[in-house]
Amino acid sequence: MITKRIIPCLDVKNGRVVKGVNFEGLNDVSSPVELAKYYSENGADELVFYDITASSDGRKIFTDILTETAKSVFIPMTVGGGINTLEDFDRVLKCGADKVSVNSGAIRNPALIYEAAKRYGDQCVVLSVDVKRVDGVFRVFAKGGRENTGMEAIEWIRRGVESGAGEIVVNSIDTDGVKGGFDLEMLDAVCRVVSVPVIASGGAGKIEDFITLFNTLPKVDAGLAASIFHFGEVRIRDLKERMAAAGISARL
Amino acid sequence: MIAIIDYGVGNLFSLRSSFAAIGADAVATADPAVIQAADRIILPGVGAFGDAAQKLKDSGMAELVVREAERGKPILGICLGMQLLLEKSYEYGEHAGLGLIPGAVKPIADVVPKDYKIPHIGWNALHLTDPACPIFKYTKNGDCVYFVHSFYATDCAPAVIATAEYGAPLTAAVAHKNVYGCQFHPEKSGAVGLNILRAFCETEANV
Repeated sequence: MITKRIIPCLDVKNGRVVKGVNFEGLNDVSSPVELAKYYSENGADELVFYDITASSDGRKIFTDILTETAKSVFIPMTVGGGINTLEDFDRVLKCGADKVSVNSGAIRNPALIYEAAKRYGDQCVVLSVDVKRVDGVFRVFAKGGRENTGMEAIEWIRRGVESGAGEIVVNSIDTDGVKGGFDLEMLDAVCRVVSVPVIASGGAGKIEDFITLFNTLPKVDAGLAASIFHFGEVRIRDLKERMAAAGISARL
Repeated sequence: MIAIIDYGVGNLFSLRSSFAAIGADAVATADPAVIQAADRIILPGVGAFGDAAQKLKDSGMAELVVREAERGKPILGICLGMQLLLEKSYEYGEHAGLGLIPGAVKPIADVVPKDYKIPHIGWNALHLTDPACPIFKYTKNGDCVYFVHSFYATDCAPAVIATAEYGAPLTAAVAHKNVYGCQFHPEKSGAVGLNILRAFCETEANV
């Protein structure tokens, strides 16, 4: 049986992981390469690298970091941030990324999903969506969650999958940072309309939140989080063991 | 030296890095002389079967790989590269493969229950049907590896050395004499995957 995936997300700016990290045995906790190695050796099923630099200099540093990481990390890597064109896909895939995640770039140009899926295959295209409730309706937000696009989120996701997105990352702005658990209602609504893997993001604060996620919504394939892993609040090994003990398929 | 056949299909970066990580000398090449001189051959591949089979044929690599395999050189096909080792594929039409392993490639949708997601993507446990196979020298039953595929190898029973359960037992790895294939990506399967590549590097050539 396919195991449920646990995915740490690394936000990278000017070659460093932002959001403080604190690990024993790591000399340089803000080195993306060191952190990626640490996670890959300690049970992470996949890594997401998010490029939050805006400058072209920053972008060059990011791809260098990616190349360096891909030389020593042998688990699937997804790259997001600043992906607007097929050239952007090409740029990060050449550096060792396996999947590319699109967000604002696909909102500006929805054809990007179809074109990328046609060139690289559906499995390579991840549609990442920042979603927030506005007057009881799930709306798509752009620009890192700052701007309401007015688009209805479930319909946007359904269309994205139809265009060729092979995986969906649902980031709930409502639960993000609250550490009160994943947004089960939102994720359930997404799972009902798509047949591709769904990755839950936003809200994890403790191990139980992942157990609740997978037990309540068996159609969710993966849980993604950043700071709880970076700060060592949740250790991936402990999480995996608890998942297995709770009867959830996990790679130990 | 290991020759990773470069016929314009897929990204060889991770494969090259994997061999570097286990201390094996590997080059990505389309040079027949280099491939002939190599001790072992890797046949990679992602994308559509028909397109890849055509590129392999047009580049002269198909004939070369078959000849080297028949000489007894160890060959490992990965993902689509494994599927290409079989006799034929029914992926969007009917296409001939290299025929080094008996069997055919068919849609996963034919065998798995309707509510299973396709592609079969993620980490799944290996059920070793031939644990004594040399490429499993360092692999245990139940070790997890990373899969991404929508088509699977079938009618290849005598050559199957491992399966993965996904509502049906899907062929995960095959072997026939000196020819091996993995449906999963050893270069993306962490330590378990690197160990399979390491074991492949240690296989004896059946010349």
